[in-house]
Amino acid sequence: MSTILSALPGLSGEEWQVVALSLKVSTVAIVLDLPLAFALAWLLARGRFPGKVLLDAIVHLPLVLPPVVTGWMLLLGFGSQGPFGKILNDLFGLTLIFRWTGAALAAAIMALPLMVRAIRLSLDGVDRRLENAARTLGAGAWGTFATITLPLALPGVMAAIVLGFARSIGEFGATITFASNIPGETQTLPLAIYTALQIPGSESQVTRLALISVALSLAALVISEVLTRRSGQGKAGHAI
Amino acid sequence: MPFDIDIALTRGTARIEARFAVPGGLTALFGTSGAGKTSVLGAIAGLITPERGSIRVNDEVLFDHSARIDLKPERRACGYVFQDSRLFPHRTVRDNLLYGWRRAPTQRRWMALEEACEFLGIGHLLARMPRTLSGGEMQRVAIGRALLSGPRFLLMDEPLSSLDEDRRGGIMHVIERIRDELELPILYVSHDHREVDRLADHIVQMGPEGCTVRPGPAQGRKAGPDLTPSDAPLALRARLRSVHPTPTSA
Repeated sequence: MSTILSALPGLSGEEWQVVALSLKVSTVAIVLDLPLAFALAWLLARGRFPGKVLLDAIVHLPLVLPPVVTGWMLLLGFGSQGPFGKILNDLFGLTLIFRWTGAALAAAIMALPLMVRAIRLSLDGVDRRLENAARTLGAGAWGTFATITLPLALPGVMAAIVLGFARSIGEFGATITFASNIPGETQTLPLAIYTALQIPGSESQVTRLALISVALSLAALVISEVLTRRSGQGKAGHAI
Repeated sequence: MPFDIDIALTRGTARIEARFAVPGGLTALFGTSGAGKTSVLGAIAGLITPERGSIRVNDEVLFDHSARIDLKPERRACGYVFQDSRLFPHRTVRDNLLYGWRRAPTQRRWMALEEACEFLGIGHLLARMPRTLSGGEMQRVAIGRALLSGPRFLLMDEPLSSLDEDRRGGIMHVIERIRDELELPILYVSHDHREVDRLADHIVQMGPEGCTVRPGPAQGRKAGPDLTPSDAPLALRARLRSVHPTPTSA
């Protein structure tokens, strides 16, 4: 208990660096994910096409694969010799491996299934009959989407952002495999905790980092829960 | 003819065929549940695409399979009042009422918000959210929303079924006034004899052997003293006529 209390005041510059990097990596990951997750969620919720089950499975793969396998697949695809890695390097001069951008990609891939699930649930919850009513009132397909579907699904989208963010902050396996554990570049919160655990006598540092981790995750969960509850209005049951 | 329908469609395993032509007034689409009454309304509104046939309202072709005409729902100028009101839960009553009005071309708006509020007695509800309304209030707002979208005809799908006995009379009176004072053609789905007896000029009986049209009990009624329109609805009706002229054949 005394270690916890003594750990609370002030973070060192190194610890702040870790937290800032974690926030940067997660923010970029979510910004990357959001349009993709929405498009995938829409396809899975509303689309009718062959191979939908397969797409659903592929989207969910990072959720069930060992993260180290996802990281290894990222190495194959986005490493300096990987097909995508080459294209990104040739076209934009962008290197992902051993860079914070690589950590962001790993975090984005790991958060994607969670975000797709949350958005898809909220889209499934939007009463299609309200959309039909909007059409008879003169709204086109896009107008209906913008004025009915999106506002009613919005709390779910917000929940997806929060959940994805929390997942990104906690991402470990794929990150350490693909982007490695480089202080100041790819050493995010979980990686810093892991590193500190390897050094004898650094319990207070571990405790501080762990507490930050708990606080961030707890905040994310509370926000997500509040948003999900608020999304209850406007769903199928309430339209009757 | 206001409604000239000849369509076939499949819902699930059920094959639905509807073929009838009726002059103006209120036409009740009557039949057992599962006869496809709601599907016919959906097809007229453009929410369901029939497999063949044609749909004409006020001599305008809304759908013609052989001519490949299929107007989008938002282009059909139909006012659809659903069984379950379907007010938008995230918008106030005012925004619900104005949803279709804002999207209608200016020259098609034959009713103003204040007129709808007066006609339906819903002026005091404008700032409320739909979930705070009673069933009767919801249905009044839903009717107002449909009227304000500037429709040339109304589709009503059992608008009284979710209401208790006390509220039904009030809504029925509103529907009578739309029929008599505004003279807006109405296609009205119901399986309730009492509603049909009170409201229908024509009855389309839907059954497995097809549709039969017969005159309804309300036909030939003379506007009694209590039904004499005041000036306000007359002005409204004149504006409606100038926006959506009655076809000469009716």
